[in-house]
Amino acid sequence: MANIQATSPKPTGWAHRLQHGDLFFWLLTLFFALVIIGLVVAVGVVTYNGSAEARAEYGTSFLTQSDWNPIETDLYQPSYGAWPAIRGTLLSSLIALLLAAPTGIAIGIFLSELCPLRLRALLGFTVELLAAIPSVIYGLWGVAVFSPWFTNAIANPLATSIGQFIPWLAGPIAVSRGLAVTGVILAIMILPTIAAITRDVLQAVPNHQRDVMLALGSTRWEVIWLSVLPYSRAGIIGGVMLGLGRALGETMAATMLIGNSTRIEESIFYPATTAAALVASELPNSNSTMHESALIYLALVLFGITLILNLAARYLVWQTSRGPAGARA
Amino acid sequence: MNIQTNMQNYAGRSLVDRAMRGLTVVATALAIIPLFLIIGYVLIVGGAALNLDFFTQTYQPPVAVGSEAIDPATGLPIDSTLSGSGAIDPATGLPIDPSTAGSSEEQPDLSQVEARGGVLHGIVGTLMITIAALLISLPIGIMAGIFLAEYPDTPFNTFIRFCCDVLSGAPSIVIGVVGFTLLVQTTRTYSGVAGAIALTFLMVPTIARTTEEILKLVPNATREAAMAMGAPMWYATLTVVVPTALSGIVTGALLAFARGAGETAPLLLTIQGNSNLSFSLFEPLAALPLLTYKYIESPFPAENQLAWGTAFVLMMLVLGVNLLVRITTARIKKG
Repeated sequence: MANIQATSPKPTGWAHRLQHGDLFFWLLTLFFALVIIGLVVAVGVVTYNGSAEARAEYGTSFLTQSDWNPIETDLYQPSYGAWPAIRGTLLSSLIALLLAAPTGIAIGIFLSELCPLRLRALLGFTVELLAAIPSVIYGLWGVAVFSPWFTNAIANPLATSIGQFIPWLAGPIAVSRGLAVTGVILAIMILPTIAAITRDVLQAVPNHQRDVMLALGSTRWEVIWLSVLPYSRAGIIGGVMLGLGRALGETMAATMLIGNSTRIEESIFYPATTAAALVASELPNSNSTMHESALIYLALVLFGITLILNLAARYLVWQTSRGPAGARA
Repeated sequence: MNIQTNMQNYAGRSLVDRAMRGLTVVATALAIIPLFLIIGYVLIVGGAALNLDFFTQTYQPPVAVGSEAIDPATGLPIDSTLSGSGAIDPATGLPIDPSTAGSSEEQPDLSQVEARGGVLHGIVGTLMITIAALLISLPIGIMAGIFLAEYPDTPFNTFIRFCCDVLSGAPSIVIGVVGFTLLVQTTRTYSGVAGAIALTFLMVPTIARTTEEILKLVPNATREAAMAMGAPMWYATLTVVVPTALSGIVTGALLAFARGAGETAPLLLTIQGNSNLSFSLFEPLAALPLLTYKYIESPFPAENQLAWGTAFVLMMLVLGVNLLVRITTARIKKG
């Protein structure tokens, strides 16, 4: 049976591949895959071009100058320094990260290592539901319910007691919007990201890592702390970075809660602004092309930061879920 | 690892074990509490704001300011300034909400005013924009998903996946800025189309990735069987593989729909908002999340109620889709 041959000579090369339309179909799907790359490029190019005027005028000092004053008056020239927005973005994300990272990792540990199997799917779904709620609803709840409570129950007592000595906790609190309350809401919003990725990364840890520790007589927590977590450290850091990216770029909740003030106040209970909130609130009715350009510059910076964070985080998560960390370390 | 020394202190170790395990339970509870609080508030406060008018009427000013401007017969709003977009008051630099701009002539009995009107314009706007966005994103997402799943995995595929992650991780305001500069500035008008195209940026990656994942669940034997019957690969993919995975692909589309319907920031910069009912994608449109944003900042408690009602509708959409997805995926995995 060695010499079975096709009855007709087969076309070779391109002609062969074209014959049944496979090449055409491949090109078609390739085209749409390229569209996705095109979308990313479009975001980069549009924000880059749109910010040309501001980039030419300010360069990188844009990020460190602290005067944001888009109004032209007889006394003042308009000036665009993004530091208040950058500072607000960094601080609110830092607050969010300080609260959400330990909690999120703990949830991930619970879901992956400790949770009874019967509860696992349900709890996982519940946590993921947190991620699905539109950010405007977080903002709504934050404005109407959480921030009044936060101001009365946490911010005011803090500001009137230890706030007397620590300037960044100082009061008096005039409005219930500010950096701190935004940070807390952002923490709730990024919690599911961190928890879900921690859970996934931990579940990728091979079981013999756990078995060995258990066989040595360690407690459940020691298994987690000494064996499972070190193995998946890079992936967890990646998850935290993804959460950070989400907090940095979160727009609606921040716009609604932070108070949109471009003055720099020392206390975290005072209104501030974030880059995303500033763009959202000022771009639809900007005063001049320079104002617009400066806002688009801010968007470009945000996009750049989230791009880099994404790249680093995906790399870390990918590395953990692929290779054995023990072999590397 | 100093297990040897720890052995001597089993009581202490066991205490640490219990404490830390307890902490993880506490953390999980901490995450679930806000979830229930948010859902609870939206369902209770929002549910109370619902009535027939809510779904069948468009915007009506809570109080008759300058009554000649309202047409009592049609209930049409006074002017479009009420639909202004979120902004900072240029004079004071203070955060000023969009809706006060047109309706700030204070009336003494603001807090007593009953909610009037509804959000029909928002429901129509959201449906039109999101469906339009879905129609654009579905072919792109599904075809790209097929490319990722059905053809050999190369570094190029990894790059496309990364692009998907970048798009879905990009701050939504950045997508809004792109829609604004690309479409609003060039056409000189806010429009539903601009909003739909902005949403496309966010929906395509969701659809592409779910399509890819679901296609990979289709057993290879299915493909081989189709090809053994003489079907070329494209024919096997379109008539055998994709139909097998159809419920999963629909799931992805639904998730994308829910995500798009809840997005606010891109719409803020592209569709602007509209107090009137409009069926044209080439005009400024209203959308539910925009209305939530606009109404909660309003000084009228009546409008705040509308905000909660709108949030209720959005929340129902999101919860419904997610539950549906949950059920569908469970069924697919069962086989």
